Amino acid sequence: MRLSQAVPVLLIFSVMVFMLMHLLPGDPALAIAGPDASPEAVQKIREQLGLDRPLIVQLLEWFSHLAVGNFGESLTLKQSVISAVGERLPVTLSLSFVSLVVTLPIGIGLGVVAAYWRNSWIDAWVMVLALLGVSLPGFWVGILSVLYFSVQLGWFPPSGYVPLTEGGVGPWLASLIQPAVVLALFQIGFLARITRSAMLDVLDQDFIRTARAKGVDEWTTIAKHAFRNTLIPVVTVLGITLSLLVGGSVVIEQVFALPGIGRLIVQGILNRDYPLVQGTMLLFGFAFVVINILVDIIYTIVDPRVRYG
Amino acid sequence: MAEATILASGEAIAARRRFRVLRKLLHHRSFMAGFIIVAVMVIAALCAPLTGVDPNQMRVRLRFRPPSEVNWFGTDQFGRDLFTRTLYGAQLSLWIGLAVAVLSGVVGAAIGVLSAQFRRLDSLLMRIMDALMAAPAILLAIGLGAALGPQTHSVIIALAVAYIPRTARIVRASALVTRELEFIEAARVSGASSMRIMFKHLLPNASGPLLVQSTFVFAFAILAEAALSFIGIGPPPPAPSWGNIIAEGRQFAVQSWWIMLFPGFAISLAALGMNLLGDGLRDVLDPRLKVES
Repeated sequence: MRLSQAVPVLLIFSVMVFMLMHLLPGDPALAIAGPDASPEAVQKIREQLGLDRPLIVQLLEWFSHLAVGNFGESLTLKQSVISAVGERLPVTLSLSFVSLVVTLPIGIGLGVVAAYWRNSWIDAWVMVLALLGVSLPGFWVGILSVLYFSVQLGWFPPSGYVPLTEGGVGPWLASLIQPAVVLALFQIGFLARITRSAMLDVLDQDFIRTARAKGVDEWTTIAKHAFRNTLIPVVTVLGITLSLLVGGSVVIEQVFALPGIGRLIVQGILNRDYPLVQGTMLLFGFAFVVINILVDIIYTIVDPRVRYG
Repeated sequence: MAEATILASGEAIAARRRFRVLRKLLHHRSFMAGFIIVAVMVIAALCAPLTGVDPNQMRVRLRFRPPSEVNWFGTDQFGRDLFTRTLYGAQLSLWIGLAVAVLSGVVGAAIGVLSAQFRRLDSLLMRIMDALMAAPAILLAIGLGAALGPQTHSVIIALAVAYIPRTARIVRASALVTRELEFIEAARVSGASSMRIMFKHLLPNASGPLLVQSTFVFAFAILAEAALSFIGIGPPPPAPSWGNIIAEGRQFAVQSWWIMLFPGFAISLAALGMNLLGDGLRDVLDPRLKVES
């Protein structure tokens, strides 16, 4: 059922991305030819790119290319969108991965702790921290963090990325830990708030009282009964968390000059390289449709009551 | 006669309920904290002209002045007074936040109610909403903002479109529950039109979650607008948007840290205020999601 919904969603998304990029102001042919080119030269480039044909023809052609896995050629990078994305994907994936590893235990842990000691000073402090997490602009915290930890203390490199294959785990992690933690602040706040309210709901339920009344020790009650049920609503927001994470990394990559997909898209937009932007956005959309299906599958594992036909 | 009495008492009950909600809000700590923060920022934004300084006036001799009694937040690389620019930035950012919240709220509510009422439209509208949600919201806003050109209204449209799907889903979920209640059945058999059911019954019953969601969208929009300006897709310079001031001050951040410091505080404070306000409204208006405080 989920799969049959995914197809129209992807179709609609593709058309939207296509339309969006053809709204972009400025003529890409003009941008490629340069300001000194003659009108004939610009016209020639336009014909080469197929930009002089009706929109619907361009759209259909685009779809026929997509069908065979061709996401187009970048106008400025002289390479295919797939290979451009492929080159930068490890950076964004590494950043998201490190950030997620920081986010999940801290975010869920803080939420559980706050709910367990509800209305205490612990709860109050955790909620203030969580609120700050979702209120501070990440790129600003990122710049401040570079000023302090890189410029002042010299603990981490201020920018750039060291691939895992080049320097091993140490330098790789050193180049990512700062942006990953900055990125995690928002996620931690978001996840802690959701976990806390989910846990409060569970703690109020009869089966927890039953478990306590029949003498199950407190740790087992919380870890086995309460925590597992808390995870159900938390899993549903996992897709949103990943989406926020990747969205946030688009901005954070600019701050730390990480050559990831976010930088690719922003540079594509600034250079009017619309096949590149189109193709990259589309790959993003495909990825998230798949991720959301996976989240649904995880959901059925965590909560066996739910079954998708 | 009897009908008039019932009507009157109905209105009295509604008025009393409104009064009770208001009293709960007045006693809600985080709501009041958020309310005070937002109110102070709105007043500060409106008072911007009182400084008597042009936010875009350049004074080359006064470049890079650190915070002082004359320039409370210091001056930037063009010698512009940053306190004045931050106040005008508040006008711009709060206006964008409000416009995005209202626009995505109105369109999202309309889409949500329409899909709940007309089952045939439902699957089409929801697939479009799913498609809009396929890419991360900020990415969609970057793409749309770039396509529409660097202007204040294109930022507003881009962010509103990015947040419409979530609002639509929340309103739809609430309207689907309301639709199954008996009084809707009663309204339908007594000949109420779809229009009347949607706007007289479904929408008012979804107003709580809608208001809560719009408050959070306001907070998101302030953060996202700053991020878009920072990337270079916001209101064009020299517009004193908070994101623009930070982006311009970034290259001087090591020597002149004050340029980017204060607008960042302003963004954080505005987002914090709206989030607190939203938490309070959610506790009072949407007891299903009650988070005790």
